[in-house]
Amino acid sequence: MSIDRREFLKLAGISTILGMGGASAVHGLRSRVEASQIMPNPEALKAKRWAMVVDMSKFKTAEDYQRCIDACHHAHNVPNVTDNLKHEVKWIWEETYEHAFPGTEDEYLAEEIKELPFLILCNHCDNPPCVRVCPTKATFKRKSDGIVMMDMHRCIGCRFCMAACPYGARSFNYKNPRPFLDPEKENPEFPTRTKGVVEKCTFCYERLAKGQMPACVEASRGALIFGDIEDPNSEVRKVLGSRYSFRRKPELGTRPSVYYIF
Amino acid sequence: MLENAIYGGRRYWAWIFFLLSLIGAGFIAYIYQFQNGLGVTGMSRDVSWGLYIGQFTFLVGVAASGVMVVLPYYLHNYKKFGRLTILGEFLAIAAVVMCMLFIFVDMGQPLRVLNVILHPTPNSVMFFDMAVLSGYLLLNLLIGWTVLGAERKEVGPPKWVKPLIYLSIAWAPSIHTVTAFLYAGLPGRHFWLSAIMAARFLASAFAAGPALLILLALIVRKYTKFDPGKEAIQSLGKIVTYCMLLNVFFLGLEFFTAFYSQIPGHMHSFVYLYTGLHGHSQLVPIMWVSSILAAVAVFMLVFPQIRKNESLLAIACIATFFSLWIDKGFGLVVGGFVPNPFEKITEYWPTLPETIITVAVWAIGFLVLTVLYKIAISVKEEVVFDKYGERQIKAE
Ligand code: SF4
Ligand code: SF4
Repeated sequence: MSIDRREFLKLAGISTILGMGGASAVHGLRSRVEASQIMPNPEALKAKRWAMVVDMSKFKTAEDYQRCIDACHHAHNVPNVTDNLKHEVKWIWEETYEHAFPGTEDEYLAEEIKELPFLILCNHCDNPPCVRVCPTKATFKRKSDGIVMMDMHRCIGCRFCMAACPYGARSFNYKNPRPFLDPEKENPEFPTRTKGVVEKCTFCYERLAKGQMPACVEASRGALIFGDIEDPNSEVRKVLGSRYSFRRKPELGTRPSVYYIF
Repeated sequence: MLENAIYGGRRYWAWIFFLLSLIGAGFIAYIYQFQNGLGVTGMSRDVSWGLYIGQFTFLVGVAASGVMVVLPYYLHNYKKFGRLTILGEFLAIAAVVMCMLFIFVDMGQPLRVLNVILHPTPNSVMFFDMAVLSGYLLLNLLIGWTVLGAERKEVGPPKWVKPLIYLSIAWAPSIHTVTAFLYAGLPGRHFWLSAIMAARFLASAFAAGPALLILLALIVRKYTKFDPGKEAIQSLGKIVTYCMLLNVFFLGLEFFTAFYSQIPGHMHSFVYLYTGLHGHSQLVPIMWVSSILAAVAVFMLVFPQIRKNESLLAIACIATFFSLWIDKGFGLVVGGFVPNPFEKITEYWPTLPETIITVAVWAIGFLVLTVLYKIAISVKEEVVFDKYGERQIKAE
């Protein structure tokens, strides 16, 4: 398992304190710390910049959407807040064409297209306004692979990022999310959250680190294509190079990493 | 000087206890919010800022407006404002205290507030806002206290405060500009994405703040022996007039850009606020109240004959203050979130706990203001006893 920077600092801090007592303890800890720093899981999936293509032609039934949504929401213990939709928490969900791409519809657009549900998630923008505004760096863009991350232990819940995200991708825990989890389906490997913090999709950084594809991609049966957009040989690049694709609100300059094809 | 705060008459203590009871109620409501989360407010996934942030925004303006008395006095040597400066500075202190409290009660994880300092993030406007607000608070405390202390000893203020005063004059517009930048730089929020936002903020602040100061000055004159001066109040009235006109003009510019360009995103929020959108019209009545109050205020202010009558001036100031309070402390924030990024509409209205907390923060502000004014006025009463302050003006 890899250790992130903050955990590393914590361990380093403990080892410094221990250093006053016994040198051997320090030594043991330090080697563990260093080992985990230089030896990430060899299986981990890596990219310069992760991106996703949503192939709408492969979404045929309501079940096709729901499978992806459930896979994500179970994997990440996303609370099912249904008693008050104002407090809804969601990482990936459906939105019809006219709402997902507002301003692009016209009055003669076929009803099927207008009402066609699209899968919506955080776009992991290359130029993310949410990161720009966060006063604590609780949301940050990972340098190594462009994922827009959330540190829910640092977030102060100011919700500036929610005002800044033009895609409505962020949810705030207006109340304690834990009572809204199904204990049967809880994933013990992923942390639950407290009230008062913002959350959103993180492109399954925890699965990528273990060499797994994101949960939604795995459940999509090929409808979601995920890969390194900076690698010309990746599947996403091949699809984008051969088919017409579009993104949400590209005019805002956020450079979304989620593409849609018909 | 502090001891002056505890010598007061019956009325003084009744007022203090009234404020304390409001604060107590707010404290209980806040504990409730703290335990249950911000879900006890009317805010939602779509309207993620509400009354708290609106009040914060409005009060930053009130704080900044202290400069409207400080600047003429120190930079233009406009002596008539000599007795008002301390009231302006102390009003600024109370306003900044309220601003900070409104930010605090709006936080989802208030115990982590220090993260803003522990992880300073210069690209975040909120970080800057915190920095400039704290700086402004310190400046005003230092200046107000020193100048008042000197006055009590009937000596001139020490030399070193002069540069600080000049600094505070330059600092004041900055706090409100930075606050406008919280809104004006967000992609996809068309209602806020306007280059004139900071200018509009300053204009409305320099109307609402001095309007409040006039009302406070009239109250001070009525209940104490200290008179801030008839002419000073009239001059402030002129400031309110010009800034209110500017504010209305700037709002008109926003309307023009939105409706002449006919770009839907730019029109939607205005339509929602003033006529309702797709059958949602919860905010329409209060926005019209704001507009009517603005019209009344402008009408009363532009005619010098009306403005010169102090009771009518007071009515105009009340109209100005409440018009802007609705517009900026509520409509501006909520309007920016409606419709949401999916062009759907979620409406917002504050809940009872949210309202009680809001009232309590105002009560804390008024408590700070009352104590500070009490101290200032006790000093002034000692030094200048004459009702119309001729002695002080002549002496200068
Ligand atoms: S979609 Fe929104 S939350 Fe996600 S990176 Fe872009 S701006 Fe940030
Ligand atoms: S709510 Fe959290 S993540 Fe969002 S801007 Fe505030 S501190 Fe950052």
